Amino acid sequence: MAEAEILSAPMVVEYPFSRTVGPVQSAFLTGLREGLVLGVRTGDGRVLCPPVEYDPVTSEELGELVTLGVEGTVTTWSWEPSPRPNQPLDRPFAWALVRMDGADTGLLHALDAGSPDRVSTGMRVRIRWQDQREGAITDIACFEPA
Amino acid sequence: MSPLMLPPALQDVEPVRSIRTPARLDYTFTAGRATSRFLRGIQSHKILGERCGTCGKVILPPRGSCPIDGVPTSEQVELPDRGIVTTFCVVNVKFSGSAMELPYVCATVLPDGGDMGLFGMIQEIPFDQVRMGMRVEAVWVDDDQLTHDLASIKWWRPTGEPDAAYETYREHV
Repeated sequence: MAEAEILSAPMVVEYPFSRTVGPVQSAFLTGLREGLVLGVRTGDGRVLCPPVEYDPVTSEELGELVTLGVEGTVTTWSWEPSPRPNQPLDRPFAWALVRMDGADTGLLHALDAGSPDRVSTGMRVRIRWQDQREGAITDIACFEPA
Repeated sequence: MSPLMLPPALQDVEPVRSIRTPARLDYTFTAGRATSRFLRGIQSHKILGERCGTCGKVILPPRGSCPIDGVPTSEQVELPDRGIVTTFCVVNVKFSGSAMELPYVCATVLPDGGDMGLFGMIQEIPFDQVRMGMRVEAVWVDDDQLTHDLASIKWWRPTGEPDAAYETYREHV
């Protein structure tokens, strides 16, 4: 049988999941919707952003929220030359870990820098907000050079 | 437990309680030669299996080799569009994209002469009367709707014949 006679068809596997977020991520996402970035302070005094519900060292429940700046520092990054559908930007961008001002850990997001020559570890970036925000990580449209 | 202190700006707003996290995988399924033959058979209102030259079992739907012996299969065997329910489940949970009314029954149907079952729905009988060993026949779409897709068999319905004895299909359960 010739190759041309082999059948093929599109097959889409789709899971419409939703999940509850718990009290700390609820505060974080509600903050994004309202234009605030929140971290959480751990037992050893560090501030984690994005915040978590339990201390990664002691497993204690955490609750001290800290309001952070809307700018930060790139701690590491990787260039995305050909974005896929549903990624944050439809043109080449960097995936970056951004340590928000006042935090000790990195938040993963897209950085709209135009070209990889314009991205460097240690560069200063700021949040570009979505116009319509709904309480999701995508309320941050991306980061841009500050 | 530390009490959660929200910043003033968040104290009088509706909190976010959940997020949507859809996952979507876009594939192109390529059927291969054996399954293409099977699907073209379906389009012609036929159920085609392939017999293994080593164990003699009729593989359905055919994948071009015997899953037991690992040898290529090529002998085409046309099977009747009737057989027995070997196993089934009653679906009580609605899922996205399904237009089926609950509850409904999904089953593995073993066509007479075949050694593997086809997945299908059982209709034209109350869900709580479906049973293992029940004899069924395929209900096809109209001829002008036939296509190379198992959806060409709309569902299976009882024939009214006596149930098959468990011993006759136990190796398929």
